[in-house]
Amino acid sequence: MSSPFSPPSGSEPDRRFVLALGAGMAASIMVRPVRAEPEDMTRAILAFTGGAAPTPGKVALDIAPLVENGNAVGVEVRVDHPMRADDHVTEIALFTEKNPQADVAVFHLSPRAGRAHVVTRMRLATSQHVTALARLSDGSFWTDTREVIVTIAACTED
Amino acid sequence: MATASVLIQRGHHRKGDIVTLKAIIAHPMETGYRRTEQGAVIARNIIRRFTCHYDGVEVFACDLFPAIAANPLIAFTTVATRTGPVTFTWTGDNGFHHAETATLTVMD
Repeated sequence: MSSPFSPPSGSEPDRRFVLALGAGMAASIMVRPVRAEPEDMTRAILAFTGGAAPTPGKVALDIAPLVENGNAVGVEVRVDHPMRADDHVTEIALFTEKNPQADVAVFHLSPRAGRAHVVTRMRLATSQHVTALARLSDGSFWTDTREVIVTIAACTED
Repeated sequence: MATASVLIQRGHHRKGDIVTLKAIIAHPMETGYRRTEQGAVIARNIIRRFTCHYDGVEVFACDLFPAIAANPLIAFTTVATRTGPVTFTWTGDNGFHHAETATLTVMD
């Protein structure tokens, strides 16, 4: 009976403990859909890599460190790797830490691209980290992360 | 009907040159995470996939999620092979489908 979830020892469950537990659960349920947790990004990245830990390097994620408006933030990813038929970048993926959903985009490349370089515009719900990943044809994963401060949020407010 | 614009980098492209392609389309990219003042969830309405075919071959594709900004812009590159059509296609929620075609001219 020493589980952290069991009420304090005594003949009856402590009334205050039960109330506090209820309030805590309600708060976590209400907060949940609004914003993802950093662990969600880690989970999404591991789902993309199939469990492999990506190595920092090769990838250059270019995004402004301070943005006023999170509704449309320019983001550019370059991977310093050749695009030969036998050795090239096959995918570039973007993930966010605190948007409602960790996935942003997955770009599918081939040697026909000539260069591993993509540009888009994304939403940022709040100040957070953004991570870019590259998958190479040899199965390795490379990554870069940037922190962005957002002064006006996107997504959840209108 | 959606309004879209595609841009092929200008210049005299030769076989083997790397050419930048840009595509932008008018679309709300409604996230599905917003609510009305009455508290009702506004249904998701996003473009989920973008593809680019050059001379009949898929040379680039992209999966999009709600974190992509409204009026999605996508820029990427392709190696010039020979003069041919470049077709950009967007598909998404509510049966959304739009295609634009431009010609990439390659000099001999």
